[in-house]
Amino acid sequence: MKPAPGWRPHRYLPHTGAEIEEMLRVAGVASVGDLFSEIPSAVRLKRPLDLPPALPEGELFAHLVELAERNAHADRLVGFLGAGAYDHEIPSVVWHLAGRAEFVTAYTPYQAEVMQGELQAAYEYQTMLCELTGMDVANASMYDGASALGEAAVMSRDLTGRNRVVVSSAVHPHYREVLRTYTRHLGIDVVEVPHRDGMTPVEDIRAATGPEVAAVIVQSPNAFGCIEHGSALAEMAHAAGALMVAAVAEPISLGLLRPPGEYGADIVAGEGQPLGNHLNYGGPYLGMLAARQAFVRRMPGRLVGMTTDRDGRRGFVLTLQTQEQHIRREKATSNICTNEALNALAAAVYMAALGPDGMRRVAEANARRAHYALEQLTALPGIRRAFAAPVFNEFVVRTPLPPEQLNARLCEKGFLGGLALGAWYPELPDGWLVCVTEARTRGQIDAFVAAVKEAIVR
Amino acid sequence: MTMPVIFERSVPGRIASAPPAPDVPDVPLEAIVGEEHIRSTPPALPEVSELDLVRHYTRLSQRNYAVDTGFYPLGSCTMKYNPKVNEDAARLSGFARLHPNTPAPLAQGALELLWRLEQMLCEISGMDRVTFQPSAGAHGEMTALMMIRACLEDRGEHRTRVIVPDSAHGTNPSSAAMCGFEVVTVRSDERGNIDHAALRRAADGSVAALMLTNPNTLGLFEEGVCEVAEIVHGCGGLMYLDGANFNAMLGITRPGDQGFDVMHMNVHKTFGTPHGGGGPGAGPVAVKRLLEPYLPAPTVEREGDRFLLDGDRPKSIGRVRAFNGNFGIFVRTYAYLLAYGPLLRQVSEAAVLNANYLLALLRPYFDLPYDRRCMHEFVLSGRRQKEQYGIRTLEMAKRLLDYGFHAPTVYFPLIVDEAIMIEPTETESRQTLDEFADALIRVAGECATDAETVRNAPHRTVVTRLDEVSAARKLNLRYTAAERRGS
Repeated sequence: MKPAPGWRPHRYLPHTGAEIEEMLRVAGVASVGDLFSEIPSAVRLKRPLDLPPALPEGELFAHLVELAERNAHADRLVGFLGAGAYDHEIPSVVWHLAGRAEFVTAYTPYQAEVMQGELQAAYEYQTMLCELTGMDVANASMYDGASALGEAAVMSRDLTGRNRVVVSSAVHPHYREVLRTYTRHLGIDVVEVPHRDGMTPVEDIRAATGPEVAAVIVQSPNAFGCIEHGSALAEMAHAAGALMVAAVAEPISLGLLRPPGEYGADIVAGEGQPLGNHLNYGGPYLGMLAARQAFVRRMPGRLVGMTTDRDGRRGFVLTLQTQEQHIRREKATSNICTNEALNALAAAVYMAALGPDGMRRVAEANARRAHYALEQLTALPGIRRAFAAPVFNEFVVRTPLPPEQLNARLCEKGFLGGLALGAWYPELPDGWLVCVTEARTRGQIDAFVAAVKEAIVR
Repeated sequence: MTMPVIFERSVPGRIASAPPAPDVPDVPLEAIVGEEHIRSTPPALPEVSELDLVRHYTRLSQRNYAVDTGFYPLGSCTMKYNPKVNEDAARLSGFARLHPNTPAPLAQGALELLWRLEQMLCEISGMDRVTFQPSAGAHGEMTALMMIRACLEDRGEHRTRVIVPDSAHGTNPSSAAMCGFEVVTVRSDERGNIDHAALRRAADGSVAALMLTNPNTLGLFEEGVCEVAEIVHGCGGLMYLDGANFNAMLGITRPGDQGFDVMHMNVHKTFGTPHGGGGPGAGPVAVKRLLEPYLPAPTVEREGDRFLLDGDRPKSIGRVRAFNGNFGIFVRTYAYLLAYGPLLRQVSEAAVLNANYLLALLRPYFDLPYDRRCMHEFVLSGRRQKEQYGIRTLEMAKRLLDYGFHAPTVYFPLIVDEAIMIEPTETESRQTLDEFADALIRVAGECATDAETVRNAPHRTVVTRLDEVSAARKLNLRYTAAERRGS
């Protein structure tokens, strides 16, 4: 049999020319072109796609290596940059397991009986996230921390029937921007309360929180690294009948700090990247969403529940799907379908690898090293601490030369400096947000401080 | 034997990963973070050794069905092969260990990759610009509708309604609702196309957009797509393509040439990125020039031989997530497209060939409600089996699991009674399709000869049919100590 005209063998396509001829015959179609006979001629593309030529695997990989090498990644520059994404140590075991093809190449577990692995892993993740945040229920994941916060705001509107949310300006600027994007067309009004000295002013929150407010949204540690007075803020929210929504951009902090469930949060929306997920230039990350038990039926996204099979054995299924878009359509809690299941799985492996003791020790190492760096930096001439409030692994200092310029000089010495805060907070043009995780050794911190010293006296 | 949950493997004092020893001065923690902020009780996480952890998750992985273990004929989900070299590329330190706040001059390789990818996606879609921010198809739908809304409001038009065909994915009406639109459902005609007369009646000055899937969820090309575009544009609305079925059109026909103004792409469906058991995906949105001002900020731009992120976009709808999209997924997308180049057309040719071949094998045994040439997928009905033997499609789907295959999508689209939606994808061989057809035909035969076996399926899986009703009624969403005692 003759091969199909124009057909070129390709490593991802199994068809031989002879098979194509035979399959066409079985299908009763004259040619490959005839498969598309129902497409109006006017809209058919009558030329080949103008794309770069197909590359064999070796050349393809070499090209990607070349692109990758033109990035100042964390193995090349020693990083002191956080601000919403954190460079933590990731035990090898995490991605050896989460990266198993049986997890990676699976679809959403619609056929529960052959997807018990994914479902059980998601159930275990939900449990671990509840433990870490101190909340009652968690879903199987959202896109990222910021979009999870947007959904939490919508959820609080649905739960309270109120149409305003109060958000602290000390919440990460990206999160606030996404919050506005998500709420803009739903008649939800976003009121921002300015930070004072890097903290959310409790009295101002009280003043802004009236009977029309669905939620008070606060992040801790906040965008400046400062640890907020969670209990006092939750009291203000609850006194007005509003919900307390806690944003968590750095969940490693919860190994040491009081979790939102302990200080009165009703909904937790956060970023799970620090739990075993790579920096990935911004994604894929992991949206964490947890809440009090009473709110479970207003939670967006997938939930995995435990049940039994016909023989009484324990098993796991997707549950409360009647809230989801494929059944409820325009009345669903959210439009979310695809989530970040694999990143949630990696987070679960990470949390299980560390356990309660390891989570505490990692968190302590972050806090101690960050404080050491803070002390060393503020001992330099012209560098002073911006805010007095206690911090976890990030802090703001004011620098004697523009932070952008300082970063450029540090880059020459092999360091990725902190975030120049002026772009996010114009009132802090000399603000420099420095992050120190457990992955930075004392030697690296000392070398960094020495480089900063050299840069500012130069 | 019941598979333990990881909490049941826990032994106090075990640890699989030892954090670094503190090598800085030992200051009391209370002095550092404040006593009132310190957690009172540690989180009750499992305590296991590294080997415990490895065995637990390895065993869980063995209780999973995946493209790498078998054929996944899940209609509408396009479960094709995920090339391995793409995984290696995404894990390169230059990508995986690149911080999203890295200044653009230090991330030129990543930005160039995104810029080049945008050019390719524009060429394939016939559109002008792309945003990489949306994290999934539904996220892309929401982003696109927000851009449409911003564009219309910019023109001084406050349009409140979005038209969605009755065959659409549930995400369409749900995304429209998230953008504050009222949803108008329009029925399909007897050939499975959107009903033009009904569309004309619905298309008035209040309509912001039509959300259309093409090929539609019946696996059929909207034959009158040009006329549909005329009707929608005629009333001042915009044309939105749900790109879930883009895999059928690559290099064959371009949405931009069909009259669409904006579309999302599901890269896991079209460009071979893995789906991770539910995610991550990515839902880049491609737009015609008229929507460019409203793209989420920042966009990726090129100036001479430098690449940058442009956040200065005054008409932008704003961010839809914190950083600039699921970059790691786009590394894979880019690698996928480089592996094919202009041969991308063969992806769609083979996908449509596989679907037509499989349909020819199966059609004598099932009802085919819309008897037309299918594109990359087709929808059968289990009506015959239900009427003759009282066997529901769900039961046949479960029986297929016993034969080692994942089930097709069932009960979708909603307009087909006992729908069985099958999408083989282009990466499956003829032999695999033959084996699958044999199994499904056998199940159809068993409906007559051994109905009880089908009705009670599956039998050979690690658990039998799971009780979803009690799972929803008696919610158990997390493991507790009480559960341990009861198990």
